[in-house]
Amino acid sequence: MELFLAQFITGLANAATLFLVASGLSLIFGVTRIVNFAHGSLYMLGAYFGYTFMQILPGGFGFWTSIFLAGLAVGVVGIIVEMLVLRPVYRAPELFQLVATFGVILVIQDLALFVFGADDVLGPRAPGLKGVVRILGEPVPLYDLALIAITPFFLFSLWYLMAKTRVGILVRAATQDREMVGALGVNQAWLFTGVFFLGSFLAGLGGAIQLPKGGADLLMDFNILAAIFVVVVIGGMGSLPGAYIAAVIISVLNVFGVTYLPQSTLVLMFVVMGVVLMVKPYGLFGREETAGEHGQVGEPERPIKPAGKTVRLLVAGLLVVLAFVPVFGTSFSQTLIADILIFCLFAASLHFMLGLGGLVSFGHAVFFGGGAYVAALFVTYSDTPMEVAFLLAPVGAAMGAVIIGWLCLRLTGVYFAMLTLAFAQLVWSLVYQWGEVTGGDDGLVNIWPSDWLNSTTPYYYFTLVFAIGGILFLRHVAHSPFGYALRASRDSARQAEATGINTKRVQLFAITLVGAMAGLSGALFVFSKGSIFPTELEVGRSFDALIVIFLGGVKTLSGAVVGAASLEYVKDIITRFEYWRLTLGLLIIFVVILAPEGIVGTLRKTLERIGWMRAEGETK
Amino acid sequence: MKINLRNFLTSALTGAAVVVASSFANAADTIKIGEINHFKRLAAFAVPYKKGMELAIEQVNAAGGLLGKPLEVIYRDDQGKPGEAVKIAEELVTRDGAVMLTGSIFSHVGLAISSYAAEKKVLYLASEPLADGLTWAKGNKYTYRLRSSTYMQASMLAEVAAKSDAKTFATIAPNYAYGKDAVAAFKKALLKLKPDAKFVAEQWPALFKIDAGAEAQAIERAKPDAIYNVTFGGDLAKFVREGTTRGLFDGREVFGLLTGEPEYLEPLKDEAPVGWNVTGYPWYDFTDGPSKAFVDDYQAKHGESPKLGSLVGYMTIQSVAAAIKKAGSTDTEALVSAFKGLELASPVGNIKYREQDNQSTMGAYVGKIGLKDGSGVVVDWSYKNGGDYTLSDEEVKSLRPASN
Repeated sequence: MELFLAQFITGLANAATLFLVASGLSLIFGVTRIVNFAHGSLYMLGAYFGYTFMQILPGGFGFWTSIFLAGLAVGVVGIIVEMLVLRPVYRAPELFQLVATFGVILVIQDLALFVFGADDVLGPRAPGLKGVVRILGEPVPLYDLALIAITPFFLFSLWYLMAKTRVGILVRAATQDREMVGALGVNQAWLFTGVFFLGSFLAGLGGAIQLPKGGADLLMDFNILAAIFVVVVIGGMGSLPGAYIAAVIISVLNVFGVTYLPQSTLVLMFVVMGVVLMVKPYGLFGREETAGEHGQVGEPERPIKPAGKTVRLLVAGLLVVLAFVPVFGTSFSQTLIADILIFCLFAASLHFMLGLGGLVSFGHAVFFGGGAYVAALFVTYSDTPMEVAFLLAPVGAAMGAVIIGWLCLRLTGVYFAMLTLAFAQLVWSLVYQWGEVTGGDDGLVNIWPSDWLNSTTPYYYFTLVFAIGGILFLRHVAHSPFGYALRASRDSARQAEATGINTKRVQLFAITLVGAMAGLSGALFVFSKGSIFPTELEVGRSFDALIVIFLGGVKTLSGAVVGAASLEYVKDIITRFEYWRLTLGLLIIFVVILAPEGIVGTLRKTLERIGWMRAEGETK
Repeated sequence: MKINLRNFLTSALTGAAVVVASSFANAADTIKIGEINHFKRLAAFAVPYKKGMELAIEQVNAAGGLLGKPLEVIYRDDQGKPGEAVKIAEELVTRDGAVMLTGSIFSHVGLAISSYAAEKKVLYLASEPLADGLTWAKGNKYTYRLRSSTYMQASMLAEVAAKSDAKTFATIAPNYAYGKDAVAAFKKALLKLKPDAKFVAEQWPALFKIDAGAEAQAIERAKPDAIYNVTFGGDLAKFVREGTTRGLFDGREVFGLLTGEPEYLEPLKDEAPVGWNVTGYPWYDFTDGPSKAFVDDYQAKHGESPKLGSLVGYMTIQSVAAAIKKAGSTDTEALVSAFKGLELASPVGNIKYREQDNQSTMGAYVGKIGLKDGSGVVVDWSYKNGGDYTLSDEEVKSLRPASN
């Protein structure tokens, strides 16, 4: 009983940081609809700022002032990010801002390394709160009690701000209907900036307030990211009390998990999220997200049509060039191009689901890594010939896709995306922790192709055939009746149903197809690298594909492939430099601002403007 | 917007300048080594490591280089992704003309490069990755490792633990391959020396996501006589802070793998857990000989004290230089046979790359944590030779694949 209570208190104390950071994320999402992946970076900055201020300001007063100042400083960083990076892209397609925030992560990572140095730092203890009190004989740190006391204060203040003040009313109105608030004469731009400031302030506060229980290091940004997204989703996006309750649930469960299921801590959070979303699809306090509620920003999507003669010739020419690379290129250029092609197929498969199906997935890596693991496990455990294992990979991935798709299709929009993320993380933690079978993070090695393929040039041609084949196949399907049915399901589920399309079945079939194609790219990957590790199932791998789709142009058919090829190539050049993350981050932000419709979309527009291409609506 | 543009242009121009400059450098006739490491996100280790390498390269080249040519290292960031590391390895070998590969801190990246090395017949000196599999179950002819393995270091601590009065042990280790290896090795080595030892609790926090208060409570619940700790970095700091606050370490022996390394001990400052038995690197205590000379040279060049990573980086280049000298060529097969049984003098004394498993005998400093001038130091230490803390030759033979 004593221990039980002590554990409960520990969980409540842990919830403080989680709530502060997550409430900021929730607030930003609720009002601006921006999925801010850089929120973890703001939390990291809060910790570093707080630590720096505490070195200058001594004593109890200095300690709390430092925390407040750290929040303010991060709030200012938030304003800068909002004004310089996000404001120019509010009109871009939904979720495009996500790519911009990813650029911000990279920039902040390198700047933090540059400014604060490489060493980890341990936070100072809170003056006056260094000891413990005994509660039923169990030691409970005083600072834990302070954290437990502070959190409801913040919750109440935020609630008061939102519920009782004019600013709060405007913010809530903006959450409901942005256009109407604008029409009523409220300067929406400043409202968004203000919300971004408040959200960043909370993230910074969260970073600084955990200093006495930890410190600051360069891995903090990604380490908290999954947890705060889980909290926001469980609580219901945009709901502050929801974020608080979810933070408490996750933190307390985690404490008990540590004691009773010590090996399960990675997966526990995602199991909870999966269960909650199955029972309450929109989180504990969330509202149902009706399709199109926030308006489709940007110009309406054009209907796709088969490529014209010029484009076909261009593609054929490119294929010929690719076919001759082994003749005039170096061995490394073959490796590089093969890598790019594999990534292009992976991105194209996500684009089929996201662009044509309107199904945004945040966990697409599960099919890529899943396919790769299917092949690797067959090779490792049953001495399956490489050719057979290679073909089993897409089959295995497709089977996984049926299950995941069936479970996730109960939800739509951002909630669908989050559920796919939960499943991807489940599979990841399973592979990561089931060391006896998967090798854990030591992975599976020595998965090389058969002798006839096992040198650079044959494998290059092998990749060329399967990757290009896969991409062309997806393109072909997009123009088939099935492709039309999928797009109809995306644009208007009701009308599609009325014309006799079983939208859910069409979508499920699309996910299965997409899973197979992603699995195929995973199989190509595993035999080109000779090994596979859980990193290929991680969130980062999923984001890679999302980013290139948006960079390439989500509303174009070739966007994914063009985006993937450009980014992989640029990355290959940039990563040679000392500050490559800074450079890459700025480059991404730069492209995002200059080309809000993606590379292909912007290119098409430019060509139309100067008259090289026929504009939309013109007839022969 | 303007600022972004300017920053971008500056970095782009700098980048272009670097490319131009390095292509000129390539034109000179140098012996190139391809170093792949995680320079960005685990900078606390990788940056001192790189500085150690730079010092050794300077010394090698000042002494006339190797085979009459200067030595050059090409540093590449693996981004923490094994797949990326394999691509970079290929590029370093086929495009940049690296004669061999070195580096990596992550075990999984090390294992991926090692598999690549065996398949493409390229020599790889794994400087830091600790996984036992690298030289045992997944070992191969083309892969050598410098740093003492997980098994070696855990056995050194187990030896100390066997001498203590503790009967019941709790373990805490990050929940990934290295943590599991480190606990398994400690158990195996301790039970060999002290068959009546009991393991009463095992805690497995997720790597760099520790919930330290809860972990401390869970260990306290088992009331062990002693604790074996494998956490490091930010996890260690949190565990020490919460454990100390709650009195977890009072009256208990604690055995901390890696805890005494300056990388992880220095950030704790005056909160360093006094009395823990640890492996580490007491550079401040050296008074003479090669260990002192290295510390002095390092401080003179970089203006800061060395970390363990600095030593590993330095010895990596020393090993490479010794192998190339012995081989008299940069041909891979010649280098592979040169590394077999290679002996060299280093700051920690003479080390040897064992014929049995391509593992060097580099050891570790074992001691207790004390406080000096408000910061943690390792006291009462002694240097243990890695070669004395490994499995028997028969066991090693049964672990390594027969073909190698």
